[in-house]
Amino acid sequence: MKHSEKVLLGHGGGGRLSRDLIAEEIVTRFADGGPLQGLPDGALLDSPGEAIVFSTDSFVVSPLEFPGGDIGCLAVHGTVNDLAVSGAVPLWLSLALIIEEGLEMALLRRILDSVKRASMEAGVQVVTGDTKVVARGQCDGLYINTAGIGRKIESFQLGVERIRRGDMVIASGTLGDHGMAVMAAREGLSIGGTLRSDTAPVHRLAARAAEWADAVKFMRDPTRGGLASVLGEIVQEGSFGIELIEGAIPYDQGARAVSEMLGIDLMHVACEGRMILICSPDAAPGIVSAWREMPNGAGAAVIGEVTGEARRLILNTDIGGRRLVDIPQGELLPRIC
Amino acid sequence: MCLAVPMRIKEMGEGGTGVCELEGVTCQVDLSLVEDPGVDDFVIVHAGFAIEKLDREEADSRLRLFQELAEMRGKIPSDQ
Amino acid sequence: MRYIDGFRSGAAAAAISEEIRAIALALEEKGASPRIMEVCGSHTMSIGRYGIRRIMPCNVSLLSGPGCPVCVTDAAYIDAAVELARRGVVIATFGDMLKVPGSTSTLADARSQGARVHVCYSPLEAVKLAGDHPGDEVVFLGIGFETTVAPVISIVKRASEGEVRNISVLTAFKLVPPALEALAADSRVAVNGFLLPAHVSAVIGSDAYRGFVDAHRLPSVIAGFEPLDILLGIKGLLQQLADGSARLENQYTRVVRPGGNPLALALMEKYLQPADASWRGIGTIPESGLELKEEYSGYDGGKRHGVATTGGNPDPRCRCGEVLRGILLPGECPLMGRECTPAFPVGPCMVSSEGSCAAHYRYSR
Repeated sequence: MKHSEKVLLGHGGGGRLSRDLIAEEIVTRFADGGPLQGLPDGALLDSPGEAIVFSTDSFVVSPLEFPGGDIGCLAVHGTVNDLAVSGAVPLWLSLALIIEEGLEMALLRRILDSVKRASMEAGVQVVTGDTKVVARGQCDGLYINTAGIGRKIESFQLGVERIRRGDMVIASGTLGDHGMAVMAAREGLSIGGTLRSDTAPVHRLAARAAEWADAVKFMRDPTRGGLASVLGEIVQEGSFGIELIEGAIPYDQGARAVSEMLGIDLMHVACEGRMILICSPDAAPGIVSAWREMPNGAGAAVIGEVTGEARRLILNTDIGGRRLVDIPQGELLPRIC
Repeated sequence: MCLAVPMRIKEMGEGGTGVCELEGVTCQVDLSLVEDPGVDDFVIVHAGFAIEKLDREEADSRLRLFQELAEMRGKIPSDQ
Repeated sequence: MRYIDGFRSGAAAAAISEEIRAIALALEEKGASPRIMEVCGSHTMSIGRYGIRRIMPCNVSLLSGPGCPVCVTDAAYIDAAVELARRGVVIATFGDMLKVPGSTSTLADARSQGARVHVCYSPLEAVKLAGDHPGDEVVFLGIGFETTVAPVISIVKRASEGEVRNISVLTAFKLVPPALEALAADSRVAVNGFLLPAHVSAVIGSDAYRGFVDAHRLPSVIAGFEPLDILLGIKGLLQQLADGSARLENQYTRVVRPGGNPLALALMEKYLQPADASWRGIGTIPESGLELKEEYSGYDGGKRHGVATTGGNPDPRCRCGEVLRGILLPGECPLMGRECTPAFPVGPCMVSSEGSCAAHYRYSR
């Protein structure tokens, strides 16, 4: 029987086509002795410890493939990273696909391969999933939801309320690469070049930081809204402020170039493989040098310090100026104005 | 409203266009508004158009001035 | 990024800042508190982004003039664009126009209700959009100062040469020199010197300001948008004030020539003619805009689709007009940060990221 090279509405109809799609494209990639083998509705898992962390995230990105990644690895990294910054070792993922009728089967296969590769690299197992096909126009190619379960690293006692004046703010690498790479890849901008998304798992960075677990107070992956959103939100919650040093914030030169061209502040731009960590000052040099030895943390740096000035997120600029950092308003738009 | 960045012309293309480059990032740019554009010229790119050439001699001499200012300032403490 | 980062050097900035403080001190001893106005939104943005106000001596004030074309675009213009979008016309626009409030709604509102609003980085994307959708009418929102006019009018050039037929431009171009004249003539506007725009000047040339500077005897310096450019520009203005001179100075010699960009000017000359223009919050300034010449009026989106772009009913509480002339500082507006925020702007100065109120909200509160 000749297979369609595009996903059809019937692939989501629950009949033979659905069965074939799951058997040939999903099970072949993810079953490897795991609970997916028998296509159960739920996965039976052994309890990994006292406390677990459970997280979910949905992924929508245009274009589906971009320099340095695609929606598949993004969906793995996103949930792995949410677990990691919650202080957990990621173990299991669910994978739910919402596919627009007409999606190229070859593209779907590339993305599923990417999911597989990313989950193997991260050491997590896809244990349950779901596939739906919707009519053309009802979604933009492909949406993915992943949920994940991780084992809580007991020594971590994360909490914004533990943050104190004098604590250090660390970034694990260059910021904003993902958002700029995706924006540059959008149709119409005709921007090309060497810039790549930073999409990657950060759980090994978190696990390494666990050596200083007592000193670590906060970890977050700066996705939508970037560094400015992450820090802007926590200063709103707390009784402290943060001062950043512009020259200390690591940026990729290519990301800077795109941000200058499109008039976008890199502090507002998403990363998918970076972490912002706040710790007491004595632990900061150790964490930075430990991270710098890791492939994912080569660009790690202390970027600022917690102050007693409540609710103020301030940037000390290279030229000796100072300003407030705002939280982005939402949609990042290329501007010429 | 006049966000524009200096970019180097990397390749000349058809119909008055070219590929411009900044830190490895390339962009299709309309070069029809600048006189006699050529590869390795620096142009000021605004909304996908080169609106003027960058005079590198002028730019470099200004950068040298900044360098001198920075060095002079750096020397003050040691001179005292 | 040699030609960007070189103009952001901290050490050189410290040196120039010291010179600025020295001149300002000398002025202070003479009892002078200079008020410097930048008339370009990109200067406003850079001053905010690099925290330049914090470097200024206390007797020097930096005021933001009507330098953001988004801010000075009439509510009726937005109304016309929204009306066209609702009629099914494809609107192509620079990103900044999306959230500007018209009399009742924004283009972002129209988009959420199903209108086709396409955000472009380059006007040429709109030409491609029209080519890809020959059955649709595309209208490009032609806002901007002199910098942006030639790129936008390239749409008309391409359309009139037969590349695409289904595209037109809704024009609301604004010109800087007539606005400077209007500001200098307004007795409520107390300004001692002008920081003149970088890329507008690249197009029109430094000579375009000679008449203005000679007539009004106001120190004026053309400066680039990088922080060191701005500091040098401010230093130049303060030096002129200290010397008692009033000259036109060009600090942006790496890009701005006396005669400007002849190719861009020729393109503008070919397709456009001067027209009175209405500046939101300020009113009509004679010959401060550009409209398509009669023979190209078929590409005028307003005429082609029968919509008017003047008038409108902006929110009466809005005091952007005073802010744009430096009569009211953004922080003095009673709406600032309360009724008027970037997420829910009442007036246009809060909308554009280069708007003086948005810059104040972001960087200075």
